[in-house]
Amino acid sequence: MLKIHDLQAGIEGRKILRGIDLEIKPGEVHAIMGPNGSGKSTLASVLAGKKDYEVISGTVSFLGKDLLELSPEARAGEGLFLAFQYPVEIPGLSTTIFMKTAVNEVRKYRGQEPLDAVAFLKMMREKMALMNIEQSLLSRSLNEGFSGGEKKRNEIFQMAMLEPRLAILDETDSGLDIDAIRIVSNGVNKIRNKNNSVLVVTHYQRLLDYIVPDFVHVLYNGRIVKSGTKELAFELEERGYDFIKNDQPLEQGA
Amino acid sequence: MNSETFEPVRQELGKEVDAGLSTIEKTVLSDYKYGFITDIEADEAPKGLNEGTVRFISSKKNEPEWMLEWRLKAFRQWQKMNGHEPKWANLKFPPIDYQDIKYYSAPKQKIKANSLDEVDPELRKTFEKLGISLNEQKRLTGVAVDAVIDSISIGTSFKEQLSELGIIFCSISEAIREHPELIKKYLSTVVPPTDNYFAALNAAVFSDGSFCYIPKGVRCPMELSTYFRINAENTGQFERTLIIAEEGSYVSYLEGCTAPMRDENQLHAAVVELIAMEDAEIKYSTVQNWYPGDKNGLGGIYNFVTKRGICAGNRSKISWTQVETGSAITWKYPSVILKGDYSTGEFYSVAVTNNYQQADTGTKMLHIGKHTKSRIVSKGISAGHSNNSYRGLVHVNRQAENARNYSQCDSLLLGDKCGAHTFPYIEVKNASAVVEHEATTSKIGEDQIFYCNQRGINTETAVALIINGFAREVMNQLPMEFAVEAQKLLAISLEGSVG
Repeated sequence: MLKIHDLQAGIEGRKILRGIDLEIKPGEVHAIMGPNGSGKSTLASVLAGKKDYEVISGTVSFLGKDLLELSPEARAGEGLFLAFQYPVEIPGLSTTIFMKTAVNEVRKYRGQEPLDAVAFLKMMREKMALMNIEQSLLSRSLNEGFSGGEKKRNEIFQMAMLEPRLAILDETDSGLDIDAIRIVSNGVNKIRNKNNSVLVVTHYQRLLDYIVPDFVHVLYNGRIVKSGTKELAFELEERGYDFIKNDQPLEQGA
Repeated sequence: MNSETFEPVRQELGKEVDAGLSTIEKTVLSDYKYGFITDIEADEAPKGLNEGTVRFISSKKNEPEWMLEWRLKAFRQWQKMNGHEPKWANLKFPPIDYQDIKYYSAPKQKIKANSLDEVDPELRKTFEKLGISLNEQKRLTGVAVDAVIDSISIGTSFKEQLSELGIIFCSISEAIREHPELIKKYLSTVVPPTDNYFAALNAAVFSDGSFCYIPKGVRCPMELSTYFRINAENTGQFERTLIIAEEGSYVSYLEGCTAPMRDENQLHAAVVELIAMEDAEIKYSTVQNWYPGDKNGLGGIYNFVTKRGICAGNRSKISWTQVETGSAITWKYPSVILKGDYSTGEFYSVAVTNNYQQADTGTKMLHIGKHTKSRIVSKGISAGHSNNSYRGLVHVNRQAENARNYSQCDSLLLGDKCGAHTFPYIEVKNASAVVEHEATTSKIGEDQIFYCNQRGINTETAVALIINGFAREVMNQLPMEFAVEAQKLLAISLEGSVG
C-alpha cells in the first residue's frame, strides 16, 4: 500500500526527516511514536503534501503511484486521509456542505458520478450512526467554537465519509480526555478492514490501548530507530524515551 | 434516526449543496459570462445631454406635460450642479464626459408587446442567454419578471394574476401614463432630484424602470423581479424604480443586472425609492453583475446608484440585501429612513472586487421614530488590485428614543495588492440609543486551503467554499433562486485570484 524509501525532508532549509524507510501493507495498523521534535508531524504533513515542507530525497509510492508527484487533492483522491492535529476552522461553512463537496470531488477524481442530495444524506446518516455523532455538530460552522473532542470526532467522521485506503492520524489523542479517546478510537476501529490501513502518529502509548497496532516504530531525530510489535509501546511507556536517546550514536554530520 | 430530525439538513442541502458548489465547472469559472452583444436594431437619441434630449425622451415615452416639466426642472438642477460630482468617495476615475453618452436607446420594436409571447425573438434569446427564460421563470418559479433592456421595459409577466389582488407591477413609463395620481403623490418623495448629482441626472433622463404598488393588507404571493441589461454601445442606463407598500402589506422584490463587455466605460445611474406604510414590509434584493472591466481595468460599468427607502408608518420594515460582484466602479448606499415608531431597517451586503474594480458602498440608517431598530451586516471581499470600502452612517435623531443599531463589517482579503477600508459614521443625539459596531479583517489562510485540499477539494473550489462561508449570513437573506445564482457569481468573480 505505502512504501517509503530513504525519505529526507525539511522546512525552511532545516532538515527534519533524515531517511525514513517504512512499508505498510493493506489491513495493517502502524504506530509511529517518538518524543517531541522527532519529526512525527513532519512525516504526516509530507505524506499529505503540505506545501511548506520540502522533500530533499527519497521515494514514496502509494498504491503503486509516485505519491510525491501528486497534488494534495489528488492524494486524497487516491485514498489518503490525514486527521489533523489542529483541525482548521472555516467560518460559515458547515461540515455537511464541506463533506458533500469533498465526497463529490473525490468521486469525480475516481471517475464516479456525484452523489445527489438524497444519496448523500443517506450516506451521511449511516456514518453519523456509526460514528455516534449528532447532526447539530455537522450543521455548525466547520470546527468553529468546537471543543477539542468535537474537533477530533469531526475528523474521524470525515474519515468515515471519505472511506480512505490509508488514514494517517496525527496526534489525534492530544488534548483529549480518556472518554474522548475511547470514542475516537471506537470510530477508527469500526471502519478498519482488510483493505485499508492506519498510520497512528502519537506521543503516548495510551491511544494504542484502543487502536491496537500491528507494528510500532520509534522515530527519533528524523529516523526510525526501532521497530517492533505493540510490546514496544509498553516498553516505551515504562522506560520513557530516554532509553532510546541513550541508545543512539552521536549525531553524524548534522 | 427519524426523518424529522433531518429536515434542517435537507433544507440546508437544498439551499447550499444543490447550488452546485461541488461541481463548479471550469466552463462556468471563465471570464465574464454575460458579455455577449445582442444584434437588435435600436431607436436612439443622439449623443449628448441638453434640454432637447430631455424633451426627446419624454416624448418617446408619450409622457404628460407635467412629467416633462418635472424632468426639465431636474435637468436645470443638474446643470447647476454640473461639474460637482460627489468627490468624497474612496474612488478614482477619470472625468465622465456627459456629452459623450447616449441617453436613450430602445430596441426597435413596433408596438409594446401585450404578452411575453409577442416579444421580439432576438430579445427573448438575450434573456435566455442570461439564464432567465421568461417563460421558464413564469412556469417554474412563479416569479413575475419585468425586463428592462437598455432603456425600455420589455414585458411584464404575471400581470393578470397580480392585478386580481390589486397589485400594480409595471414599467414606470406605463405607471406615469396609467396611474398618474400615484406617481404624482410618491415619485421623488424619498430621493428628490436635489438629493445628489446622480439623482438629478437620473430624474432628468430616466428612461424606464419598474413600478410596484401593493394595496392595503395584501401579501404579494410571488417574488417580483426586474432584470436590467445595457446592450447598446455608449449608452447610459438610467432606470427608476418606485415601490409602495400600503398598510399591512408585504412584498419581496428582486433586481438583477448584466451588461455586454465593451472597452469603453458605460454609465449606470439608477434611483430606487421604497415606501413602507404602517405594518408594511418591503424586502429588496439585488444581484448586481454589471460588466466589471477586463483584467487590466479596461472598460466596465460606472455604477452610481441612489437607493433609499422610508419606513413611513409605525412597525414598518425595509430590508435591503445586495450582492455586488460587477461594475468597474460601485457607488451605492441603500438607506432607510426610520420615521415610523418601532420601524426596522436592515442592510445585508456582500461586495466583491477583483482586478481593478473599486467599490465604495454601504448604507445610511436614519433613526427618527421611537424604538426604531437597524441592523447592518456588510461583507467585503477584495482580490487582485481592487479597492473595497464600506461607508456607513448611523444617525439617531434627538427625538428617537430607544433606538438600536447593530453594525458588523467584515473584510476578507485575497492576496496582498488589494485594499479593504471601513468608514463608519455614527451620529447619536439621543442618550437612550444603543449603537454597536464590530469590524474584522481576515485573509484566506494557507492552512484553510490545505485542509480543503487534503479532503480532495481543489484550491479554486476551496476558495469558493471559504468565501461563501464568509458571506453566508448575507446569502441566507436572499430568496432561493437568487442565492443559487449569487453563490456561482462569487466564485466566478474571484476566478484565478488565489493560488
